[in-house]
Amino acid sequence: MTALTLAPVAGRAWRTLRTSRTAVIGLAIVAVHVLIALLAPVLTSYDPIANDSSEALLGPSWSHWEGTDQYGRDVLARVLYGGRYALGVSVTATLLTVALGTVVGCAAALRGGWFDDVLGRVLDAILSVPSVLALLVIVTALGTGPSVIVLAIAVVYVPQVVRVVRGAALAVVPADYVTAARARGEGTWAILRREILPNITDVVCVEFAMRASWVVLLISSLSFLGFGADPPTPDWGLMVAENRTAITVVPMASLAPIIALATLVVGLNLAADGLSKAWGVDRIREGN
Amino acid sequence: MLSFVARRIAAAFGTLLLSSVLVFLAVQALPGDVATQVLGKDATPDAVAALRTQLGLDQPAWERYFDWVRGALHGDFGTSLVSGKAVGGEVSLYLGNSALIALITVLFAVTGSIVLGIVAGLYRDRWPDHLISTVSLVGMSVPEFVVATVLVLCFSVALPWFPAVVLYGPEASVGQLLPAVWLPALALAIVMAAYIVRMTRTSVIDVMAGEYVTTARLKGLSTWRVVTRHALPSALLPTLHVIALNVAWLAGGVAVVENVFNYPGIGKLMLSSVQNRDLPVIQAIALVSAVVYVCCNLAADLAAMALNPKLRTRGRTR
Repeated sequence: MTALTLAPVAGRAWRTLRTSRTAVIGLAIVAVHVLIALLAPVLTSYDPIANDSSEALLGPSWSHWEGTDQYGRDVLARVLYGGRYALGVSVTATLLTVALGTVVGCAAALRGGWFDDVLGRVLDAILSVPSVLALLVIVTALGTGPSVIVLAIAVVYVPQVVRVVRGAALAVVPADYVTAARARGEGTWAILRREILPNITDVVCVEFAMRASWVVLLISSLSFLGFGADPPTPDWGLMVAENRTAITVVPMASLAPIIALATLVVGLNLAADGLSKAWGVDRIREGN
Repeated sequence: MLSFVARRIAAAFGTLLLSSVLVFLAVQALPGDVATQVLGKDATPDAVAALRTQLGLDQPAWERYFDWVRGALHGDFGTSLVSGKAVGGEVSLYLGNSALIALITVLFAVTGSIVLGIVAGLYRDRWPDHLISTVSLVGMSVPEFVVATVLVLCFSVALPWFPAVVLYGPEASVGQLLPAVWLPALALAIVMAAYIVRMTRTSVIDVMAGEYVTTARLKGLSTWRVVTRHALPSALLPTLHVIALNVAWLAGGVAVVENVFNYPGIGKLMLSSVQNRDLPVIQAIALVSAVVYVCCNLAADLAAMALNPKLRTRGRTR
């Protein structure tokens, strides 16, 4: 997006933040998570992947605030570093998904006709396959690793973003300024960027926050099933999977990543709720 | 109206056909030759070639696709590469076990969340609404495996009421599986209910602000009658689609929860067949899920049409 379209959005976002308490709380929670992930090496002196068998399965103490897991790794350090994987992969995946979905959705609304019809059918067919199965097949085919997971998430979620954006763009396409731009002989891409996009930024932003919360959940589920982050990577879903069996011995080792995961998603959901309410985007209906 | 129904059903078949092509292509794209995988790396080229002929892998892709679809229409999905059994029978065995969970989940989630959503909508911005909205926000913010883990901690470890894992195989009877069904169903219902509660709440608020509800109130009808007879039928209309989508989501959503509880259902079969690259089984599961998705959407559309006279005359709905 160019500076031309960004400036009014920033101003509007600032006004929204002053009025919507929900959005402020949500974004603040997300910001805290980002800060923690960035400052993880400062906040803890432990190495999140260093094994120490003499310290395995300890409860919370002064030296290990949240105890240790079965390999003697510090749970707090793993939780703090875990945000890096969760945030890094999900923000990249969501950016790619929403960007692709926005472009395709706008193009479908703008072009209409057979392109729109065929696209709608294909997207419906993709949506009919369960996302977990599609993810598993893609990850099995291309191997694990952050870039594959980003790609897999995009394949699974782009159809839904396309539908939402297409719906929002359809409301803009009949407007006089779009007709005028067409009459001026501007190309599809120019109309898309200068006339349509600035008018659906609110929908796209809400979609981003909402989609991000789903992506975080999906990535953690994938890690939990053993198809996401490779061990010893510190990742919350993986931590729950590893420490679940010892949950009666060291409950904190499972609870800490759960709390981290839940607060991040609650933050994203609150942000999506607050923004959609402040901007009048019907979030629940958009979401489906 | 009849032509609308016919068109909607035709569209559903079109979608299904397209998804079968996509599923077939996606599974073909999985790396590794099936014949080499079955026989192992040390197999002689002759043996590999013989198995390729036997599995029909030497045919062109489109011919194999038509063979597969023709078989699937007759209930023949080929044989599993791992167990050597007929895929159709194996999948339906696991599917039946999952249907047990799905049935209980849908029953709990739909009734519970509609009631909660209506209460939240009617008491908008008062404490019942705040409580229900907060709980549903948390419900949609935690993944299924977390809900399942917490439930195990509460109702299997702290209070030993339900088994934490299932020890039976796929052939277990309903009676053997029944004690183990409740926790997975509850976990799925909690995650699923969060969305339906929010949708119901919003549409109840929308409808209660409508003019015909005000008219009904001014006529002097009791609140109970206004809500049940005038507001609810139209308030539940948009909720239908969310319910349909969530039921369709169950087809994939069970994967995580079933693995937490080691429940012998379609989700567990899905995971193990992906791990073993059991292509015929993956294809069959994907196709069955697509059928469930398309049927749920079709049912929601037709039900919405039956409830809403306006939709009957309009050309198409989305």
